[in-house]
Amino acid sequence: MKRSVFPNRWLPYALVAPQIVITVVFFFWPAFDSLRLSLYRASPFGDRLIFVGLTNFERLFRDDASLRSLVTSFVFSFAVTFVGLALALLLAALANAKIRGLTVYRSLLLWPYGIAPAIAGIIWLFVFHPSYGILPWLLSFVTAYQFNWFLKGWVAMVLIIVAAIWKQFGYNLAFYLAGLQAIETSVLEAASVDGAGPVRRFFTITFPLLSPVTFFLFTLNMTFSFFDSFGLVHAVTQGGPGDATSILVYRAWKDGFEGLQLGYSAAQSVVLMALVMLLTAFQFRFAEKKVTY
Amino acid sequence: MARTLARPATLAATQAHRRKTDWHALTAHAILVAAVALLAFPLYYAFVISTQTLSEVTTMPPKPWPSGALFGNYVDAWQRANMGRLLVNSAIVALSVAIGKIAISLLSAFAIVYFDFRGKHVVFWMIFVTLMLPVPVRIVSTYQVMSVLGWVNTYWGLAVPLMASATGTFLFRQFFRTIPDSLAEAAQLDGAGPMRFLWTILLPLSKANMAALFVILFVAGWNDYLWPLMITNTPDMRTAVIGIETLVPRTSQLPEWNIAMAAAMMVLLPPVAVIVAMQRWFVKGLIETEK
Repeated sequence: MKRSVFPNRWLPYALVAPQIVITVVFFFWPAFDSLRLSLYRASPFGDRLIFVGLTNFERLFRDDASLRSLVTSFVFSFAVTFVGLALALLLAALANAKIRGLTVYRSLLLWPYGIAPAIAGIIWLFVFHPSYGILPWLLSFVTAYQFNWFLKGWVAMVLIIVAAIWKQFGYNLAFYLAGLQAIETSVLEAASVDGAGPVRRFFTITFPLLSPVTFFLFTLNMTFSFFDSFGLVHAVTQGGPGDATSILVYRAWKDGFEGLQLGYSAAQSVVLMALVMLLTAFQFRFAEKKVTY
Repeated sequence: MARTLARPATLAATQAHRRKTDWHALTAHAILVAAVALLAFPLYYAFVISTQTLSEVTTMPPKPWPSGALFGNYVDAWQRANMGRLLVNSAIVALSVAIGKIAISLLSAFAIVYFDFRGKHVVFWMIFVTLMLPVPVRIVSTYQVMSVLGWVNTYWGLAVPLMASATGTFLFRQFFRTIPDSLAEAAQLDGAGPMRFLWTILLPLSKANMAALFVILFVAGWNDYLWPLMITNTPDMRTAVIGIETLVPRTSQLPEWNIAMAAAMMVLLPPVAVIVAMQRWFVKGLIETEK
């Protein structure tokens, strides 16, 4: 703790006031309101609220659509995170050598981070376009299967996963490269003298030493795919076809703003809140591990 | 690093090693060049489409090189999406959110580190809890708060509610704690008040952290989607990322993908340019804000 402290009674309150006012008005008030609203249902004319207890939650947990949405969210987030990180790690491990120009490569890898998920989605939407896209055209030489994401749910899912991985891939790779460069070559050489092959060396030495980087990237990619991907879904697939790409955040938004089912949407918000708390707790539980960069 | 400790080796071994690493380095370059090219391809392809005419876009096989319609497409996209207004809106939102967040979190971190006051721990925990309340977990109710305040469809509504920042506060708090106490003591001996100390000593020292935070916050503010979608309801208040959706051809419309891609290029340019221009700060910011 600091020992030198400015003696002033009111100034510290004035300094934290803007932060606290915004926090209370735009974070706490709405959050408590979500909790309250989740126990109500709007009347048929939308003019008043009717207390319904836990009915919204009951409906949420019984509804097949919400279960599907939960599964969709997890499939999407885990695909983006695990496939994205595994690919980045594989490439980084293969490309790990003392070479020149690493900073140049880094610049050429980091720029996609600046592209909005929605814009990345629009670009990939065209790449996947059934009539004019380059990807279905290339695939038409290999197979007669129609990769039409307007009609096929799994193609739409692949489309948004690819767009999300594309946006994240560059900095995943850049961070793994930096992590690998920081590992002492002497450790690996010693293991090699002891007769460990490259694959074994990777899994017993390199991978554990990289765990802080992996953890950092894991949190970043999970948060991204759970929350920031809303724009991707809204701009590209609108949750469709059917509800194949309707992730939790998209559904909560749609039920609230298009369906005007305020209580039901609030109940979804409350469930999301619980999920975020779990994620944050997880992040802080393992936070000690993140000290080495 | 201590890598130099592993240096002493026989000359022969070093030479053998060198010949081996040459191959290694070549593979590494090949892989990295391939990765960079693969990453760049969708952007290149989008750019190419934005330079073609409608008939070139819709004729198969696809033509993967630029054509002559660049100027016409960009002008068309600019006029149809009211792009000038959209870009100005995005710039106002991204800049005010970034600068506001930096200012607000800097002030709270200053209060928390350099003052003793009642309720300090409550304040700290209140700020911490906002980490667990991102916009998606309070969708409908935040909108209701905004309509009570009359802030729906205003710049105030677009920017102010996003200005609280736990990550920013923690970043500055960590940084202030690394500054030697003697600086504040010396300032007090010289008769400088807290605000003078903040302005003449802490602010100049915080420049690197402010720059790092700025890049991350500007990019996030420019690219934000859910908040402006909720808070605005007329085309002239939309931000660019949302506003260009009207140009994306849906199934029943004329497939003017060249216009859509021209618009996409204009919207993605500012944040990408900020990252490229401020790359050093960007990497610092990525690491610091996630700690």
